[in-house]
Amino acid sequence: METKYKTIAAISTGTGTSGIGIVRLSGPEAITIADRIFKGKKPLSLQDSHTLQYGRIFDNSELIDEVLATVLRAPKSYTGEDTVEINCHGGRYCLRKTLQLLIDNGAAPAMPGEFTKRAFLNGKLDLSQAEAVADLIAAKSRMAGESAVLALRGIIKQKVRELRGKIIYNIAYIEAALDDPEHIDLDGYSSELEVALLQYIDELDMLIQSFDKGRFIREGIRTVILGKPNAGKSSLLNAFLGEERAIVTEIPGTTRDVLEEILQFEGYDLRLIDTAGLRKTEDPIEKIGVDRAKNQAFNADLLLYIIDRSDEKTNDLLLEMQENMHGLEKKIYLFLLNKTDLNTGIKSSDLDEIIKQVFRSAGVASPTFKIIEISALTGEGIADVEEAISDLFFKEKINYNDEVIISNIRHKNALYSAKTSLNKVLESIAAGLPEDFYSIDLTDASNYLGEITGETTGEEIINEIFAKFCLGK
Amino acid sequence: MKSLPNSVWENKDKYDCVVIGAGHAGCEAALAVSRLGFDTILFTVSIESIALMPCNPNVGGTSKGHLVREVDALGGEMAKNIDKTFIQSRMLNSSKGPAVHSLRAQADKAKYSRTMRQVLENQEHLWIRQAEVVEILTDEINEIPKTIDDSENRDLIESKKRKVTGVKTLSGALYSCNTVIICTGTYLKARCVYGEVSENTGPNGLKAANYLSDSLKRLGITLYRFKTGTPARMDGRTIDYSKMEEQKGDEPIIPFSFSTAPASIQKPQVSCYLTYTNEKTHEIIRKNLDRSPLFSGFIEGTGPRYCPSIEDKVVKFAEKKRHQLFLEPEGLETHEMYVSGASSSLPEDVQAALYRSVPGLENARIVRNAYAIEYDCIDARQLKPSLEFKEISGLFAAGQFNGSSGYEEAAAQGLIAGINAVQKMKNNEPLILDRSQGYIGVLIDDLVTKESTEPYRMMTSRAEYRLLLRQDNADLRLTKTGYEVGLIDENRYQSLLIKENAIKDEIKRLITVNTGYSGALREIMEACNSTPLQSGATLYELIKRPELTYSMLALADPDRPDFPVELRDAIAEQVNIQIKYEGYLERQNRQVEMFKKNEKRLIPENIDYSDIKNLRTEARQKLIKIRPRSVGQASRISGVSPADISVLLVYLTAGK
Repeated sequence: METKYKTIAAISTGTGTSGIGIVRLSGPEAITIADRIFKGKKPLSLQDSHTLQYGRIFDNSELIDEVLATVLRAPKSYTGEDTVEINCHGGRYCLRKTLQLLIDNGAAPAMPGEFTKRAFLNGKLDLSQAEAVADLIAAKSRMAGESAVLALRGIIKQKVRELRGKIIYNIAYIEAALDDPEHIDLDGYSSELEVALLQYIDELDMLIQSFDKGRFIREGIRTVILGKPNAGKSSLLNAFLGEERAIVTEIPGTTRDVLEEILQFEGYDLRLIDTAGLRKTEDPIEKIGVDRAKNQAFNADLLLYIIDRSDEKTNDLLLEMQENMHGLEKKIYLFLLNKTDLNTGIKSSDLDEIIKQVFRSAGVASPTFKIIEISALTGEGIADVEEAISDLFFKEKINYNDEVIISNIRHKNALYSAKTSLNKVLESIAAGLPEDFYSIDLTDASNYLGEITGETTGEEIINEIFAKFCLGK
Repeated sequence: MKSLPNSVWENKDKYDCVVIGAGHAGCEAALAVSRLGFDTILFTVSIESIALMPCNPNVGGTSKGHLVREVDALGGEMAKNIDKTFIQSRMLNSSKGPAVHSLRAQADKAKYSRTMRQVLENQEHLWIRQAEVVEILTDEINEIPKTIDDSENRDLIESKKRKVTGVKTLSGALYSCNTVIICTGTYLKARCVYGEVSENTGPNGLKAANYLSDSLKRLGITLYRFKTGTPARMDGRTIDYSKMEEQKGDEPIIPFSFSTAPASIQKPQVSCYLTYTNEKTHEIIRKNLDRSPLFSGFIEGTGPRYCPSIEDKVVKFAEKKRHQLFLEPEGLETHEMYVSGASSSLPEDVQAALYRSVPGLENARIVRNAYAIEYDCIDARQLKPSLEFKEISGLFAAGQFNGSSGYEEAAAQGLIAGINAVQKMKNNEPLILDRSQGYIGVLIDDLVTKESTEPYRMMTSRAEYRLLLRQDNADLRLTKTGYEVGLIDENRYQSLLIKENAIKDEIKRLITVNTGYSGALREIMEACNSTPLQSGATLYELIKRPELTYSMLALADPDRPDFPVELRDAIAEQVNIQIKYEGYLERQNRQVEMFKKNEKRLIPENIDYSDIKNLRTEARQKLIKIRPRSVGQASRISGVSPADISVLLVYLTAGK
């Protein structure tokens, strides 16, 4: 087959500065082309597969870099083709120059994901594995990596395939009844289907919700810090980050811009969004900051509410919290009672009462919150905060054996579309339409689920999957 | 078997096209080719059996009615012929959704056949010839066409080994021609069987065609052996209809052809009758199963699962206490009644006993026995979607010869084969309807793509986009194509355009008409228990309500345009359906868009499947054998999995 493919080349390491970088070359002429610019003890074509060779890259007579080249002969390589990996020094110049030389000598620049496409075509991976590889490359944390591995093992596919099978059964049943009404009866079928659909929708909901959990894993938990100006938000942020990023100042209202920092905890990320203090203000610039803060809070997964215990009176605090938490009562909260080092002011139990009162008056029966005493200044209690977040978001330890987590946005969209289609079937049932109308939306639902299991194919889906790959993979 | 004469003589008359067989496929094929101006000779073993209905005495029915209307929209004859010869008409499934409404008409069989023969005899460029064709004559292709850009020719260079040059008849006469359409139905090496009796005849004791099969085999064509069956005919004078449920025709009668004026065909109709088998019937069958040639292995052919014999049904649905039987008249000038639902190949004495166990048939006398028929047909995967053989240029095939069953399936293929024989002779691209354009598209795509292990019957469930492919809109879907091909005349096309625009404009108008809640509208809505309007609504919104229709609201819509009387009902029906089911139609249209993407992704003719490592072996073998035109067609081949299609798609896009 090799005769039909061009030999492709790309820089396969990331864009940052690093000690070494790799230029990868794959295709029938990989070794021949590499030999045109690589000068070692022997030409690479005479070297054994899976060996590492020292040599130099030349542009005519000009020395470009000293390198190590790996020869991997087909089919024992990632792509299944002859492959040469040239380990250059990490500077962009060496890498780009080496790549350019390879292209000048007959290689074609690879498109993003092209190496993986070839691996796929050569039977090295199937489509869902390829997709999981892309997720794995993009994974930012350990858990994200593990959830991609889960996809690699096909557990999501299995779950979705089961559900799809049930939907297809119903399509087939309706069609069988259309063709053989004498022997297959549709009496009472629609109410049976209704019950079944509600159950399928529940299952889809669970998968869709797991995406949020998957999202926390993949993208981190969007966290907004709330509280009165000066309550210690910026110093809390600094305590977390361990370095001075936000401007800590005594004049209330100086933190006007939204800062975002990613904090890597064990297994997941916390995306801390520091905002201007929530305070009624007439200053137009400060007002923008306050609006922005509120907006951020609406979109957050977690709200950290900081209270300066030395600076609060019970009644004022109640009013302040009611105002600040207005419209945000359904969020997950962590209340941080700051300045425990000062040993005066409001107590944890008082705060608990006030908080419960806020939720009660907003009609929220079972709010999700925790109170933690901290000192942003000394760092006391910061470890408790980490633990509390972990408890709130990953309460049940993710069990990779029986819990399916969707962490791929394409999958989530497909699940959501499937759910929408099933709801349309419910509407058709409610409207009293004949059974053959159900099959249109059941078919849609099954097609959407098929996009996850690989049973629905099309150029767009394939492109979407391979487009996620970066250049060089 | 007679021996063929050694002497050969050349017929000097020149024909463009030879059609072999004058059944429902052959008639449509011959009419299409000759109507398009090409000289055509139609061979039949018996002129008396032109357009013969050897089995059920009706045209249409679930999904088959759709085919008939599509044939009509493309300029075929079947719909017109049944409109002239029907004796009862019903719209089936009218209580269900519009996708499954299906027109079915009982035919006066003799009149149907006679009338079609008249049409053929009066057709310019068409000659009928009673003779058995025994050989297809071909030549090697040795000249390379000059215009290699045109895809048909390119395909000649790459895969065609032979081209058709003519046919030879039993008497040794040679007829040269450019195209041949084989429509031999169930006649090839036909054998009729019931019990221990076996006769080498075609249906109804007609002469079988015993030589052509061997000629086809010599050309490298793979043949299958299929079987089908027909029930007994009873003498109507011996049936007690009082024990049966009468099934009357519909009033008013809806014509099959879009060109037949409804007023012209309103007439008295005859009835059919429903009765049921019972435990006694089933007991008789079970006790005698060992005498059935199907169960004893005397018949090897594979029968249709979806048109099972009564013994098949008793075995397959062992839990069912009864099965429906319909008594259907075979014509106005005969007492013969067809026993629908009870085809059989049991011995004559068992047949007599089992029919007489049925209420109303206690004293019935058999006129003709039920029998099974075995015949040669082809593996239709040897055909292109144009119905031309992949390996023999100019040789086309249609009808039961392609492994289908049913008159309507045959007619549809005959029409398409005829059209494409002409397209070939004119050097035009073939007419290929896809699965979103018609049941005809589904039928042919299935035949040429999927392996048939039994006679293929059209069914509603086979059409994925059935809400769009309704029998009521076949004209809107296909008349334009028929016009472009040349089988639909200018008048009919103009009339279609008027209808099409009227529907569009009327829907637009209904969106803009706001009504209050008073007078006629209030009365209509109260009568229908429709929720009263708080403020006004548009007529468009009201039609969407399940309990209201476009026609019901006529009195509340004083500005409704005055449509031509012959189009009025049809326009009302389309407006109503298009508004009421708008959301569903839109969603199905989106499904079609998705479908078309894979259909339009054509696979190069010279693709080397052995080059794609990740294809599974089975998929690779099937793809090499069938050589699908498009990724869409490839995806429907059994044994080619979605994963294989992904591989194919990536291969087609991968940088080479």
